[in-house]
Amino acid sequence: MNDILNYLPYKSSFLFVDDITSLDENGVTGNYTLKRDAFFYEDHFPGNPVTPGVIITEIMAQIGLVVLGIYLMVSGSKQEGGAMDENSFPLLTSTNVEFFKMVLPGEKVVVTSKKQYFRFGKLKCLVEMHNAVGELVAKGVFSGIIKNAIK
Amino acid sequence: MDRKEILSELKKVLAPYTESKEMLAGINEETDLIKDLKINSANLVDIIIDAEAQYNIEIDFDAAEKMYNVGNCIDVISEKINKTA
Repeated sequence: MNDILNYLPYKSSFLFVDDITSLDENGVTGNYTLKRDAFFYEDHFPGNPVTPGVIITEIMAQIGLVVLGIYLMVSGSKQEGGAMDENSFPLLTSTNVEFFKMVLPGEKVVVTSKKQYFRFGKLKCLVEMHNAVGELVAKGVFSGIIKNAIK
Repeated sequence: MDRKEILSELKKVLAPYTESKEMLAGINEETDLIKDLKINSANLVDIIIDAEAQYNIEIDFDAAEKMYNVGNCIDVISEKINKTA
């Protein structure tokens, strides 16, 4: 199942997926453990590191939309999506996220995503994030498309 | 359903996706969804899905590609409605 991670276009400091634990055409579950030395903690906030909301959003998007989107495209139904090649990348087109709890350095978060639709190349999902003790951290509806690089 | 009726229903479908409410009130067949109504291009997919529910039709990839202005939307919708009828 983690073979799908080889398709992710992110590298090092901006890769926010460790492990995919469930994946089918209707949804995905995966997790990520926040690195204590991640680049954003030094400045957000000095002496008081808290995971930024944009990073929470990015973790949810990478697991909930990008992993599922790549799976849907690789596993067929190409007429609805189109293949993703080396010149294309995923783009977030809308989110509305609510944040319920803070996430601190070293915490493990679990993201679950349920597909609402995948049509005309756009994937829309309801995505939730829980912490290691099962508390809801964030929740929102995410949409994204695959964009060809402008060259 | 004639083109005028489709247009007035279409306004309701478009309403949640545009900030330009004044522009929406005065739309005509030439109105461009992205350039004039400033609709997020990715939301065209949601508009198509809402239109399918509103008119009880199915819109395929080829038809969807044509739906960039109001007149084209009406063309596609009226063609599909007549097919079902």
